[in-house]
Amino acid sequence: METSIAKIGLWFALLILAILAVAGAQDTGFAVHMWIFAAVAFGGMWVTAVRYDPLARVQGIFRMPTDPSRYDDDPIRWGVIATMFWGAAGFLAGLFIALQLAFPALNFEPYLNFGRVRPLHTSAVIFAFGGNALIATSFYVVQRTCRARLAFPALARFVFWGYQLFIVLAASGYLLGVTQSREYAEPEWYVDIWLTIVWLSYAAVFIGTIVRRHEPHIYVANWFYLAFILTVAMLHVVNNLAVPISFLGSRSYSAFAGVQDALTQWWYGHNAVGFFLTAGFLAMMYYFVPKQAERPVYSYRLSIIHFWSLIFLYIWAGPHHLHYTALPDWAQTLGMVFSIMLWMPSWGGMINGLMTLNGAWDKVRTDPIIRMMVMALAFYGMSTFEGPMLSIKSVNSLSHYTDWTIGHVHSGALGWNGMITFACVYYLVPRLWKRERLYSLRMINWHFWLATIGIVFYAASMWVAGITQGLMWREYGADGYLVNSFADTVSALHPMYLMRAFGGFLYLTGFVIMLVNVWKTITGCIRIEAPMSDAAFDPEKDRPITSGRPAAIPAE
Amino acid sequence: MDYNTLRHLADSWGLLAMLAIFLSLCAWPFRPGARTRNNDAAKLIFKDDNDG
Repeated sequence: METSIAKIGLWFALLILAILAVAGAQDTGFAVHMWIFAAVAFGGMWVTAVRYDPLARVQGIFRMPTDPSRYDDDPIRWGVIATMFWGAAGFLAGLFIALQLAFPALNFEPYLNFGRVRPLHTSAVIFAFGGNALIATSFYVVQRTCRARLAFPALARFVFWGYQLFIVLAASGYLLGVTQSREYAEPEWYVDIWLTIVWLSYAAVFIGTIVRRHEPHIYVANWFYLAFILTVAMLHVVNNLAVPISFLGSRSYSAFAGVQDALTQWWYGHNAVGFFLTAGFLAMMYYFVPKQAERPVYSYRLSIIHFWSLIFLYIWAGPHHLHYTALPDWAQTLGMVFSIMLWMPSWGGMINGLMTLNGAWDKVRTDPIIRMMVMALAFYGMSTFEGPMLSIKSVNSLSHYTDWTIGHVHSGALGWNGMITFACVYYLVPRLWKRERLYSLRMINWHFWLATIGIVFYAASMWVAGITQGLMWREYGADGYLVNSFADTVSALHPMYLMRAFGGFLYLTGFVIMLVNVWKTITGCIRIEAPMSDAAFDPEKDRPITSGRPAAIPAE
Repeated sequence: MDYNTLRHLADSWGLLAMLAIFLSLCAWPFRPGARTRNNDAAKLIFKDDNDG
């Protein structure tokens, strides 16, 4: 009783603080965000006061098993649901902004113009969809590979819900125009502080579980997760060093100026790709690909070598985003050289993943989850070849600021991150909800082909668009003047933009099929369908020849 | 320790130390007797056939 009164008091104090912050707010965006904080505090107070557990009700809706598992799987189930939800939101936002580029009339001022919805799309897919998948799978993998339950169960739940609050604050801020204009780090200072608290709690839960492990060896997937968690913490804190104009306002100024600021941003930006979208997802690959293929990883040595190579090389590659800028020439060349060297460890990971299927390649034909994983690794290989190539200065002089970059990012994001996440969720859902199998394997097949064809449309149209743009921008006439205006390139790209939007539509359609499949699996349905593969059998031909003598005459 | 001292440290001994650490970390799984440990580590995830 006394603890619940203390809890109510704490929530009440937070509520009062939030309301005071609303009263003194310097701008609308900050006021709205403090209202959100106040609503959360009020909700917490009310739930504690009436001893009502809303989560128990919602867990009923999502059919979450209530019997205690050997492992602490509740935060993982929530993470899977959040991954699905934010994935739908992020892909929809992506299709919307793709259509905005093709049809500018879709820019609904001011809340839904391209400039505000675009960071909503990138953050939703990277941090909301990808981040929730990473948190959920890391909690799943670290428990299984350490043979131990999560170290701090209450903190793990705080990590999940605190991360959702971060996403809501970030997303609502973008639409309200609250942004510090740093690529992939748009949320303002107070949201950054909140994320730092959540992220350090995440590190505590993950490292605590490793410390309490019963298995002497720390499996390589955990190395990658650990690199992802620790490096993202460092990147996030340094990149977001800023001075707020007012402690009751949403504006702040960066601690760095000029080219130092630019380099800090791309040191962060590229390592967000390297440690969030690569190291974290490689961790998923190193657990779920061997598990689904039912054979150990091809070479454990290779996994260790390419781990350390990624760690030592990736952190220097950021300057390739600033070719031909005010950044010193030697720094640009350094970034280029390290990016090219990165090709090898990246392909080390791809080869290790693909070769895990050595001797079981038939599974690509019979198991749609394995097929998805193989396609993810293939796209990982393709985009990590394309990336070093684009970082070469002479290539970059053509490709920089064009849609080629967008195409490159999406072949990595849709192909590698998206496909491996889908495959892991398909692996996880029947196990987490204790179902016999997925609702339908054939629907995974549909998802696979829709997503793959969608990516092909996306990447191919953006290659053509990017090279067209690059060549048109650099075209000089005989009189020494530029031949094309910027608007000329925009109208030349219109068909490509339509094809890109169509590719995104296919990708989203595949995801809708996944949503149905996952939901049906959660509710416990099993679709009666023909198996994916079966040895051929023709009863018509399954009989002896009874008419007369044998037709064939044996040779001498 | 001004900027220049740090810079020269970074491109001489610092660089050498990083390289030495990197190479020894890469050589670590090739040390004598590591083969069985690596194989055991790779099969670790199959010991637990019950995921519940």
